Amino acid sequence: MNEPLLELEDVHFSYGEERRVLCGLDFRLGPGEHVGLVGGNGCGKTTFLRLLVGLIKPTAGTVRVFGKARRQEGDFHEVRRRVGLVFQDADDQLFCPTVLEDVAFGPLNLGQSREQAGAAARETLRGLGLEGFEDRVTYHLSGGEKRLVSLATVLAMKPHVLLLDEPTGGLDAEAAQRVIETVSGLPYASIIVSHDSNVLDGLTNRVLALRDGRLAER
Amino acid sequence: MIIFPQSERETCIHRLDPRVRAATGFLFAVVVCLSQSPPVLAASFATALALLALARPDRGRTVRGLAALNLFMLLLAVFLPPFVAGEAAWRIGSVAWSREGLWRAGTIAIRANSILLALMALLGAMEPAHLGLALCRLGCPEKLAHILLFMIRYVEVIHREYHRLRDAMRMRGFRAACDRRTCQAYGYLVGLLLVRSLDRSDRIVEAMKCRGFRGHFHLLIPLRIRAWDLLFATLAAADVAWLSWMEWR
Repeated sequence: MNEPLLELEDVHFSYGEERRVLCGLDFRLGPGEHVGLVGGNGCGKTTFLRLLVGLIKPTAGTVRVFGKARRQEGDFHEVRRRVGLVFQDADDQLFCPTVLEDVAFGPLNLGQSREQAGAAARETLRGLGLEGFEDRVTYHLSGGEKRLVSLATVLAMKPHVLLLDEPTGGLDAEAAQRVIETVSGLPYASIIVSHDSNVLDGLTNRVLALRDGRLAER
Repeated sequence: MIIFPQSERETCIHRLDPRVRAATGFLFAVVVCLSQSPPVLAASFATALALLALARPDRGRTVRGLAALNLFMLLLAVFLPPFVAGEAAWRIGSVAWSREGLWRAGTIAIRANSILLALMALLGAMEPAHLGLALCRLGCPEKLAHILLFMIRYVEVIHREYHRLRDAMRMRGFRAACDRRTCQAYGYLVGLLLVRSLDRSDRIVEAMKCRGFRGHFHLLIPLRIRAWDLLFATLAAADVAWLSWMEWR
């Protein structure tokens, strides 16, 4: 079998003493897999995604990404270059004044020159049908546009794995459909947290449920 | 609420490199702050007007900015002179407005107006990102420049959040009054805004880290010093040098 891209082994996580979120969770994501993740509010879905990119560290257990165990902040720098996480609230993700600058932010951090980063940003925007958005002001975009642009900011880094947190949350049917169409055309392995059955049916090939701190096939 | 309008008009000031604009503004402000003599103050006011004529900023905004500043200056003219010793110009009861105090308030007003006009001309319509970049390149600590940029980006989001919370309060029948409950409610509102902003800032920095951020901004816009920048910088330096010479010769 192919080596998994992302792997969690017996991972525990709690916020302080009283809120245990994950207890003994195991998970593997293989190449080409598209996993959907469901679960009640506050059951730890976002926590799970944040663990995978090292924004928080497990209280116990192992996080292995691309075949290597990752423990410290430094281990995750490489992970974040290759695993793209799209946040739930686009206002958290988009912080530059203009769309082009925001989309070029990641490529510039990867060490690309201004010309390369600018070109990568434009190309990504074109790929998502967002031509003409380059000089728009990020905080004047509509909810659906913000979501697509925040997807673009991650895709511009050409990730190997895509993590989406509620990609259609708060969008109307049309905007949601546009996001689904966009994501379904992407070649990356992915984990998608969502409650939207259109998203789960259209974008994932298996769905896991997070309950009592563990994952189970649904 | 929009702090920086998108009104980059193409005048010769706007074609300048942001570093030249920021540095000129800073030097001019320092010299004007320190100068005392009437000819220098007059000359610096004239310089500010000249810059304004070159930049031609939006008239309404300029007038509003000046009005806000001069309202404050008016307060200064009322409250400063009684505390400055000297010959009385007016007297009401036991309070005397000294000539020296009026003169001092007047010079402060001229300085403040000169600096405001010059900065409006030089920095007024500058893209915030350019300003942040210029400050970084001029040796301003990167953290301060970041704070400025984030303030500009998120003040709008926080403002919207404030309105959502206010609306939610109003929907439940809240009316602001001058009582303890209102103070308490506003206390909660401000406290919640701070907590939410802090949470949001944590999420923003996480989103940035996920895109490879390691503490430095790499900028998309190239900065280039051209002939016009050199000419303007030379003229500005000469003007500032002349003002300083008149003041401290």
